[in-house]
Amino acid sequence: MTSFNLVESPFDPKTAVVDAVVNAGDPWIHEIKKGQVFRILDLEGNQAVDTLFYNARDPEERYSAADTVRAQGALYLTAGTQLMSTEGNVMLTITADTCGRHDTLGGACSCESNTVRYALDKRPMHSCRDSFLHALAHHDGGLTKRDITSNINFFMNVPVTPAGGLTFADGVSAPGKYVEMRAEMDVLCLISNCPQLNNPCNAYNPTPVRVLIWDAPSQ
Amino acid sequence: MAQHLNPIPPDLFLWEEALPGGCHWSGILRRGNALRLTDLTGRANVSALFYNAEEKLERYNMPDTLKAQHTAHLTTGHALYSDMGHVLCSVIQDSCGWHDTVCGVSNAEMVKAKYGEATYQTHRNAMHRNGRDGLLVELGKWGLGKRDVVPNANFFSKVVADEAGKLHFDEANSRPGAYVDLRFEMNVLVVLSAAPHPLDPRPDYAPGDVMLTAWKSGTPGADDVCRNACAENQRGFYQTEILFR
Repeated sequence: MTSFNLVESPFDPKTAVVDAVVNAGDPWIHEIKKGQVFRILDLEGNQAVDTLFYNARDPEERYSAADTVRAQGALYLTAGTQLMSTEGNVMLTITADTCGRHDTLGGACSCESNTVRYALDKRPMHSCRDSFLHALAHHDGGLTKRDITSNINFFMNVPVTPAGGLTFADGVSAPGKYVEMRAEMDVLCLISNCPQLNNPCNAYNPTPVRVLIWDAPSQ
Repeated sequence: MAQHLNPIPPDLFLWEEALPGGCHWSGILRRGNALRLTDLTGRANVSALFYNAEEKLERYNMPDTLKAQHTAHLTTGHALYSDMGHVLCSVIQDSCGWHDTVCGVSNAEMVKAKYGEATYQTHRNAMHRNGRDGLLVELGKWGLGKRDVVPNANFFSKVVADEAGKLHFDEANSRPGAYVDLRFEMNVLVVLSAAPHPLDPRPDYAPGDVMLTAWKSGTPGADDVCRNACAENQRGFYQTEILFR
């Protein structure tokens, strides 16, 4: 097993300017200003948090899984990873991570992909892409299905083998683990707290997560 | 030679067109037809995006493709899925063995930093081209743009991840005459760039030339290698076929 580079945060939840709980199966949409620090905390463990970022001023620029992987020459996200945009700019930098590995290849679940992956009759089950669409339908930013691209799955472990296989492994997260990132531009964050019940990405029991934001530390 | 192992029968041939290294192309491939990509020099990289030609909001989805088939690369037997649970196209023959799905495309800054500047003013059509701009130019011809760019496939390129996830580009993956056949299961807008792979470590700008050959493959039968690769593909092909009933 590869050893993870675990980095703790100096920030105290008491000083956060945003401190909210996102229940399992809910979306969450929020702007994070340049310099602010954003934490996602896995309250009960092994909970996948499907996350997209857009440049808040020009959402045609958005998080790019392929550019992030290409820029760091590595598949997994952890402390030190720069989350890259489609325009080749750094959107956020992961500054702390007590989990150690996050996925950006596995995408978000949908009704349609569930029918392929599990069974044709899974279509009615709640899914991340339905949550994304629900949130965007009530958001006045002009974003639509067209803007839903490959996301980050915080706390999810999707190892790729040297032979090119892809597996959904048991989560590496646990209650209280968190990942924290500093915004390098004003970003709109769109989260689906994953409702998937058909595979172990949420340990078959989707649970709430906590999101916190701190203002930029004064110099 | 490998390129003659499986010639396309003349009565099934539809058309052929050269895609020089670095250049870009787009067009419609219809259900029941196939497109052969041939790497003429052994150094080709073909970055590809796919859209349902009738509803372009439906497009190739890398994660859905990988998850359904528990693979991180593409070769014979694999289907390329849309975000709507349909199979856009499938790999029915592949003399190469590995096509990259996760590394994206080169962009203008990257190509300039890596290979130096070579503009049209000084180099005419030998100018350096990059993958992202090639894809955007082709997408623009169909009313599409930046919002429609998603993680692409890179045919003929192999990038292997070690246990820690670190990526290594395999320069020996392809060879002159290597080919991959994509059979189209829907009417699909195909958008291609033959610019260098973003992680190709070779210092010279020498993207390989590609031949595009379209032919009448027919639709998959009950014993099809892609349909039967896994239970997921059986469901994916079923959901695609009912669109055409």
